[in-house]
Amino acid sequence: MSYSPLENVILFHVGIVPVSRIVVTTWGLMAALTVASWLLTRSLRVDAGGWQAMIETVVLGIEEQIAALLNRDAAPFLPLLGTLFIFLVVANLSGMVPGVRAPTASIETPAALAAIVFLSVHFFGVRIQGLGAYLKGYLRPNPVMLPFNILSELTRSFSLAMRLFGNIMSEELVVAIILVLAGLLVPIPFMAFGILVGLVQAYIFSVLAAVYIGGGIGTIAK
Amino acid sequence: MTVQMLSIVGAVVAVAVGSISPALAEGRAIAAAMDGIARQPEAAGSLSRTLFVGLAMIETMAIYCLVVAVLLVFANPLMR
Repeated sequence: MSYSPLENVILFHVGIVPVSRIVVTTWGLMAALTVASWLLTRSLRVDAGGWQAMIETVVLGIEEQIAALLNRDAAPFLPLLGTLFIFLVVANLSGMVPGVRAPTASIETPAALAAIVFLSVHFFGVRIQGLGAYLKGYLRPNPVMLPFNILSELTRSFSLAMRLFGNIMSEELVVAIILVLAGLLVPIPFMAFGILVGLVQAYIFSVLAAVYIGGGIGTIAK
Repeated sequence: MTVQMLSIVGAVVAVAVGSISPALAEGRAIAAAMDGIARQPEAAGSLSRTLFVGLAMIETMAIYCLVVAVLLVFANPLMR
């Protein structure tokens, strides 16, 4: 097997740290998003122009969704969840660019994002509920459920990473297999389906992150 | 049978059998959501949001099967 979805191409080394291709792609996407955000928000006006109206629609749409999910003010969660969603949309769709592999098609990027979500659940839970009330949440509905609550915290983060990785990787794998069987024009419908899968998975990852955080801060029943 | 052949059979069975029940379950979930939207169209927003989360949960089972198959084919610990 020359192509394995579980292996990474090491491009170069910084000191002793190997830098793989997905890290370069991720930093490229981060730089592009940062520059784009800086350019778009450089001159905000009260009477919004075309670009400003577009980003206002995106940001307000995300804020509205989070507020509807969490049943509370979305302001503390908007930076994390909004960035997560926009980054995932760009990262999932970057596989469509020739020569670029989507960073979410390797297991490392989804695992890192799921770890961020895992830690932020505890962070927001402790900050909003207080340590005692947050820890008491693990004893609901009764103390017998404590091991299961702890286990579910771990397994749901694992499945969050696996879901994103599996969907995006399988999409790329299917396109690669179709390409071997029939090269010309046949993979195009599958790639179009891949755009849909990428958008839906970005949405699902963000919604599940919001639901987990909502469980952590106690506005959603676990 | 060698380990390689068994691994490939295992991967095929994992994906083929493992996607039956998630497919049935997703069909039932979507049918129920459609029914709900048809009865109460104004609840379409919250219904479809819940539907997406639920579908993601159901789909996880199929994805686990896929991950097992990929591990068997590409990163089999028995074939080192």
